[in-house]
Amino acid sequence: MLRFSTWKFLAIVAMTVAAVLVVAPSMLSPSHYEELKSRLPAWLTPPTIVLGLDLQGGSHVTLEVDQADLISTQVKNLRDDVRRILREEKVAISGGIGTTARGVQVRVADPADREKVLPKLRQLRNSFSGALMGGPSPLDVEASPDGVIRVTVTDAGITDKSRKAVEQSIEVIRRRVDALGTREPSIQRQGDDRVLVQVPGLQDPETLKEILGKTAKLEFRLVGDPGQNPSELEELDQVEQEGKLGVEKQVMVKGEDLTDAQPGFDQQRSGEPVVNFRFNIRGAQAFGEVTSKNVGRLFAIILDNKIISAPRILTPITGGSGQISGRFTVEQANNLAILLRAGALPAKLNIVEERTVGPGLGQDSIDAGKRAAYVGAGLVVVYMLVTYGVFGVFANLALFVHIAFIFAGLVLLGSTLTLPGIAGIVLTIGMAVDSNVLIYERIREENHAGRSILASLDAGFTRAFATIVDSNVTMFVAAAILYFLGSGPVRGFAVSLALGILTTIVTAVTMTRMMIAVWYHYARPTKLPI
Amino acid sequence: MKLLRLAPENTKFPFMRFRRVSYPFSAVLSLIAVALFVFKGMNFGIDFAGGTVIELRAKSGAAEVGTLRTLGEGLQLGDIEVQAFGNPADATLRFGLQPGGDVAQQAAVERVRGAVGGYYDLRRVEVVGPRVSNELVQSGTLGVVLSIIAVLTYLWFRFEWQFAIGAVIATMHDLLLTVGFFSITQLEFNTTSIAAILTIVGYSLNETVVVLDRIRENMRKYKKLPTAQMVDMSINAVLPRTIMTATTVMLALFALVAFGGQVIRSFSVAMIWGIFVATYSSIFICSPMLIYLGLRNEDADKAAQKHETERKADAKVSAREDVAEAPVSAPTKSAEKTPAPSRKASGKRAKTRPA
Repeated sequence: MLRFSTWKFLAIVAMTVAAVLVVAPSMLSPSHYEELKSRLPAWLTPPTIVLGLDLQGGSHVTLEVDQADLISTQVKNLRDDVRRILREEKVAISGGIGTTARGVQVRVADPADREKVLPKLRQLRNSFSGALMGGPSPLDVEASPDGVIRVTVTDAGITDKSRKAVEQSIEVIRRRVDALGTREPSIQRQGDDRVLVQVPGLQDPETLKEILGKTAKLEFRLVGDPGQNPSELEELDQVEQEGKLGVEKQVMVKGEDLTDAQPGFDQQRSGEPVVNFRFNIRGAQAFGEVTSKNVGRLFAIILDNKIISAPRILTPITGGSGQISGRFTVEQANNLAILLRAGALPAKLNIVEERTVGPGLGQDSIDAGKRAAYVGAGLVVVYMLVTYGVFGVFANLALFVHIAFIFAGLVLLGSTLTLPGIAGIVLTIGMAVDSNVLIYERIREENHAGRSILASLDAGFTRAFATIVDSNVTMFVAAAILYFLGSGPVRGFAVSLALGILTTIVTAVTMTRMMIAVWYHYARPTKLPI
Repeated sequence: MKLLRLAPENTKFPFMRFRRVSYPFSAVLSLIAVALFVFKGMNFGIDFAGGTVIELRAKSGAAEVGTLRTLGEGLQLGDIEVQAFGNPADATLRFGLQPGGDVAQQAAVERVRGAVGGYYDLRRVEVVGPRVSNELVQSGTLGVVLSIIAVLTYLWFRFEWQFAIGAVIATMHDLLLTVGFFSITQLEFNTTSIAAILTIVGYSLNETVVVLDRIRENMRKYKKLPTAQMVDMSINAVLPRTIMTATTVMLALFALVAFGGQVIRSFSVAMIWGIFVATYSSIFICSPMLIYLGLRNEDADKAAQKHETERKADAKVSAREDVAEAPVSAPTKSAEKTPAPSRKASGKRAKTRPA
């Protein structure tokens, strides 16, 4: 008991000092921290504690691939592919290409034609899934005896597509969110069909949602002439005016061929906000060709299946750049430019979960958490003092180091501190002294049973240790499960709790023991003070 | 300096005598809790029920709950709940899932923003769709079940099986009563409440393990003491610690309730109840279970004693070397009748020498 090796002593002192040093920068006010940062070299810049969105304000948005939209896109693509194959093989069909819920069907009357087409259709599955090697087939091709061929997208095909859509979406979303100029957004995939976007400290969550909720599929199509065959046309909503407008189904130029888009003002006429764009070579060529062939016709600019505007082609546009006008506000023009620059999402994404906390509320929560922590710690400290006297002082010192360790752990792990996390720490403050209480009560008990002071101290520590380990392991298991199953703030709580439990062993057992050993050495008590 | 003691010194409270009362009492409470859960239900927050919560703060003056309610009803969002809380400028607006899926949910928030945005700041907006809320229910339930299994496994390795069963029954009891508490108070039940429940599970086991540890220690030390008496002795020995720890945790929790803010209040209130129940169950539910499960199988003990007495009687008339056994068994038998304290001391001394 009395012999406490010097290296252990030094190790504990060093750990305590290190913990305090790690935590100190987080305790500075933001301006002081900036000053400290500017004076230190970059590699020495101290990390600070990461505050959760509930404390600093910000948005947490979960997006999910719209399955219905994804399937209809796939069916559309499939129809184009089937049509191409039939055309290439010069196969006659009776009736058109019909669509089913999950695919297309055609009737090929001639058995010889069927023989020609079927292998080609079966090959589609390779091009359809791209990287999908082995595994269940994404496409199902079946031919019934009456000459009907059905090509359907399987569940595996849908899962595969939505997984890919998520991968591509992450890139697009990153570009869009970065364009908002926010700091440290986090964009992660979740499962097969979800993306989690977290943007801390955002002042205007509406813009974020606006920007995330758009597919931004840009198309240029010709507006149909009065005499045109209705089967070639599609009726689309207009943004500028009421009512619908028939546009050709064929897409002349796609948004993919854009290289840049910038908000600006219409120089020649109204001076209203517009979006200026530039095409790559392929886009410029196609755009030049269409505009020179169709001077005088209306050319529709379509975003997410809505006609933004349909200006008349006055002269061929061959320079590879153009302008979208559509009675935008400055903000709308700005957002549209961001969307066009970042590119289109491969599928529509729906917001399935949103948690937004305003910065004001975040600050209030921090204040409330701090207040609760100070009051809680204060009550516990006083209570330990009046109950255990000088031993209470040791327990309180251990408690102080314990809290420093938890915060240092949070800083080093880069784990986020959330409001439930603060609750976890406050709770740990209550729980942490449990180990000390166990030890002290045991010491008392042994002393009452007639043991010498030294023997009581020793027995108290050794006997209580097994109990402390057992009781903390169970608590730790609960914390670990909370971490793995919980989400967001609950995880923060689990981390604080787990850290608190781990550090208890060091602070409440080893540190307290050390302090008592030193105290015994100098005080030489004749009677136990508890 | 006179130090504060909450627990009297050397208590000899016969806790086990209450097992005939505590079991029916707890059984009835548990049944009530289940009935409440089934018939009254829980006040599920949007995490589990899906829906929208918007926290508003008036840009100037106080929040007008009445006006907000009329405004909200005008938007046709289904049942809309408007509540004032804390600061007079604050109010929350809550409504359920909108027909028409995730897109409709977002549209509903937009309508609210359009209607009240001029007078109020939207401080917090939470929208949870139907699929997400279902998943949260699943992962929450799974978490509670898994943690109980994991802890059971640990206890099963570390202790005798009777201890593990006692601990699990006590934990289930705490769980049921906490669920009942949520139902009767209609405190909002959300993911943070799951955290509270798991923490209560952790604390409950913590309490149980401390008591069980001492029972196990005493079980080995006082081999011949009847189980009930030995369990009572163990609980009395750790009682000061139990009271002390429960008090410190309560102090911390009361600080959270009073100063921690609205968001974690239901968590803190549930925890206070949980600590109370966990302390009760470790003493009155888990420990008596050991007796019912026949921790040391007293019948077998008695049989062994009887057997020994017979052998002693035989020994008197049989060969002399058998008599050598008598001094060994005689003190143990007489010790059976000696009161616990003196035994405790003698036991201590016996243990002290080798240590």
